[in-house]
Amino acid sequence: MARVGVFVCHCGENIARTVDCPGVAAAAANLPGVVTTVDYKYMCSDPGQQQIKKAIDEFRLTGVVVGACSPRMHEPTFRKVAAEAGLNPYLLEMANLREHCSWVHDDRAAATAKAIDLVRIMVEKVKRNRALSPIRVPIEPTALVVGGGIAGIQAALDIANGGKKVILVEKTPSIGGHMARLSETFPTLDCSQCILTPRMVEVAGHPNVTLLPYSEIESVKGFVGNFEVTVRRKARYVDPSKCTGCGDCWAKCPVKKLPNEFDAALGVRTAIYRPFPQAVPNKPVIDAAHCIMLTKGKCGACAKVCQREAINFQDADELMKVKVGAVVLATGFELWNHSNYGEYGAGKLADVVDGFAFERLASASGPTGGEIRRPSDGAIPKTVVFVQCCGSRDPKAGKGYCSKICCMYTAKHAMLYRHKVHDGRAVVFYMDIRAAGKGYEEFVRRAVEVDGAEYFRGRVSRIYRTPGGKLVVRGADTLAGRPVTIEADLVVLADAVVPRAGSDKLAQMFGVGYDGDGFYSEAHPKLRPVETAAAGVMLAGACQAPKDIPDTVSQASAAASKVLSLFARPELEREPVIARVTQATCVHCRACIGACPYGAIEDREIRDRKGNLVKTVANVNEGLCQGCGTCAAVCRSNTIELDGFTDEQVFAEIAALARV
Amino acid sequence: MNTIGYYPGCSLHGGGRELDMSIRAISVVAGVVLKEIDDWSCCGATAAHSLNHDLAVSLPQRVLALAEAQGFRQVLAPCAACFSRLKGTHVRLQRSEALAQKTRRITGLEYRGTLEIVNVVEYANRLLTDGLDRKLSQPLRGLKVAAYYGCLLSRGEGIIENEDPEDPKGMDAVLRASGVEVVPWSHSIECCGAGFSMSLTDAVLDLSRDILAQAQAAGAQAIVTGCPMCHSNLDMRQQKINSRGLGSFDMPIMYLSELIGLAAGLTPESLGLDRHFVDAMRVAGRNR
Repeated sequence: MARVGVFVCHCGENIARTVDCPGVAAAAANLPGVVTTVDYKYMCSDPGQQQIKKAIDEFRLTGVVVGACSPRMHEPTFRKVAAEAGLNPYLLEMANLREHCSWVHDDRAAATAKAIDLVRIMVEKVKRNRALSPIRVPIEPTALVVGGGIAGIQAALDIANGGKKVILVEKTPSIGGHMARLSETFPTLDCSQCILTPRMVEVAGHPNVTLLPYSEIESVKGFVGNFEVTVRRKARYVDPSKCTGCGDCWAKCPVKKLPNEFDAALGVRTAIYRPFPQAVPNKPVIDAAHCIMLTKGKCGACAKVCQREAINFQDADELMKVKVGAVVLATGFELWNHSNYGEYGAGKLADVVDGFAFERLASASGPTGGEIRRPSDGAIPKTVVFVQCCGSRDPKAGKGYCSKICCMYTAKHAMLYRHKVHDGRAVVFYMDIRAAGKGYEEFVRRAVEVDGAEYFRGRVSRIYRTPGGKLVVRGADTLAGRPVTIEADLVVLADAVVPRAGSDKLAQMFGVGYDGDGFYSEAHPKLRPVETAAAGVMLAGACQAPKDIPDTVSQASAAASKVLSLFARPELEREPVIARVTQATCVHCRACIGACPYGAIEDREIRDRKGNLVKTVANVNEGLCQGCGTCAAVCRSNTIELDGFTDEQVFAEIAALARV
Repeated sequence: MNTIGYYPGCSLHGGGRELDMSIRAISVVAGVVLKEIDDWSCCGATAAHSLNHDLAVSLPQRVLALAEAQGFRQVLAPCAACFSRLKGTHVRLQRSEALAQKTRRITGLEYRGTLEIVNVVEYANRLLTDGLDRKLSQPLRGLKVAAYYGCLLSRGEGIIENEDPEDPKGMDAVLRASGVEVVPWSHSIECCGAGFSMSLTDAVLDLSRDILAQAQAAGAQAIVTGCPMCHSNLDMRQQKINSRGLGSFDMPIMYLSELIGLAAGLTPESLGLDRHFVDAMRVAGRNR
């Protein structure tokens, strides 16, 4: 005979505001099989948990129903409580009185009636639950880090220093990401390359790190602890084991005028190139789309000059399979394309540039050697206008969100410009200054008070070029309440931060969600900010939301610690909610095998003692089954049941609802 | 599209006569019959929408209802302000059944929303794709023009379609087909002063001066517009801008349809070029 306990949580005011919780408990007491009911303000708190434990013990409960929040929130909490009290955790069910009831209804009487229904359904279900034991699967203690910017580098280093193997995959020929392109970093103005490049070298040389530059994720199979990832290693056309990075090849390459992506297209590069002198690995690749040999079949200047015979025009992409137990996605960001703003010149004005272009102009390793010179004619600009929120906080034509980093880097740009051009004028247009961070507000004040940047609170409505080459910037000074027109030599737009192109495809491969703007979704915005809804896949850096370097590094270390805590266990406990085949009734129609999205069902031959084949049946691989229930739905002979969601349980739930 | 409804509005019977003449002339060349909407009335610009919201919608609704009842599928409103009022009302009535009911009550006429309302830039592009380009036998080679849209031909959500309001391009194809060179410039959507021509003339002089100055600096020999209001501010006020010492301009202001007509070999007089304040006959290679 079942003995069920019902525990109704008020969730503070969250449930109690619209649901009469004591009333629900009283009604539940009359349900067949229910032997005790309790209602309490915070069932998940320690006193609440103690009440459940006490009741399990006192009433020798065979099932527990907790009427509270979503099982996604606290089912693990309460199942742990049941286990501690000696009850199999899978004999506990949750009735969702918050998300499914109190939060979505206003009418108290109707909401209370619905809450009683939800509890009754779960009581009927739990009476038919059976004890399940967790499935244990081994963990492959190797991590995959996707993206070799500062986020990926930091995560890889932390995991590697924790003693676990890391595979670091980077799409471009070198690691370093955007940070390698920056001149100096706020709020301390330390040189970006000086703090980053040692880490690039460290991660590449780390005995626990396998670096796969110029590679992309092709496909992903498996699940937490046991991912099987296929990596496309793009053809480099240069054998890195032979190449010494001497530079003879790019000195001889006749294709010399390709825009250098690293320098925001302000500088040029050759077809065989390394992205920048401090690149890691410091070995070139051939840009197949522009190499004369690879496009027209003749030239080979680089091969002739290479004494190590490292050039291989026959090189082709390779697919490489790796087994990993956890993944850190660190794919970063790019800048929104301001050519969408016709009023700012639609991207056609050479001297209207984005923040990265200014970084390269200000960088000692940049195309101008650190002198601020404008792109059109190389002149040193005497007036530079910086426009914040270009595409940010503009839901109509751009993005609705704040890009977070622009206030700070614009202040830095204004400062760097004034340090380099003493008689120059730095003008900043802003909507609001959002300088929340350690030393950030002080930094902005310094730009204004010490370095003399002129700040105008207002939007820029138009930027155009006069035939004389001046840029006219028209905007508003909303504090003074008048329009402002400034003749500038260079305009720097703080374009919105957007996720990397193609990051949506990558997210789909890993089963990670993303928001309407394409940023990856964390498992919980407050309490699980580095994990994703896909178990074993963590996030680091600006792929999740616009972030500056300190926040990115913090999150990368957090992601690494999540990976290390996962790897600290030899095996993983998995929910035992999986499909089971009743071999006696299976007719081996193979419908389930075709339907399973995880390839978790296979044939099994049943033989007698003499080894003669008796029959072939479907068999579920416990390690691969995700418990989605597709096979149970397609099974023609009702042979497959999903543990925890058997036909008997589901029909009992429906019947409980229909009985009223 | 062989016969379409024609809504001249007040300006094409008055200050914008050249627009009327040139539109009618190129329509003849293109084989399109313009049939004036019978019993048309004021579109409501600009006085009505500054003073009374109901009137601002009811006046255009009456025109649209008449056109619909007279069996038209398309209505050409060459004046940019008329177009903006008619199309804007069409859009608003589509979006609000309550407003549709209210205007029905006021005018006693029903508008079902079946009309397609076309402005001068759209009309020119359509004529072009329907074969007018083959009839442009005398392209105006060597003429540099600045394409000027102003506000009414560049903006209005749902009114101006398929156009970047901050960087419109609608005239480019037509102008290229007419043989002229379109210079890149900065002031294609700047305000000319519009309806303040009478009440705040000084502001209009300043604003129109900026437009003329930028067009001149960009190397344009003429400014092309599709709006009678812009035309009158830039053409009629040009002399006053000069006499006030704000500049010394001698910039012909052309309607888009006038350039098409010239390229089609029509006489400048038939297009109304001899009616401009600033000499426009030179664009046709003729002395005034």
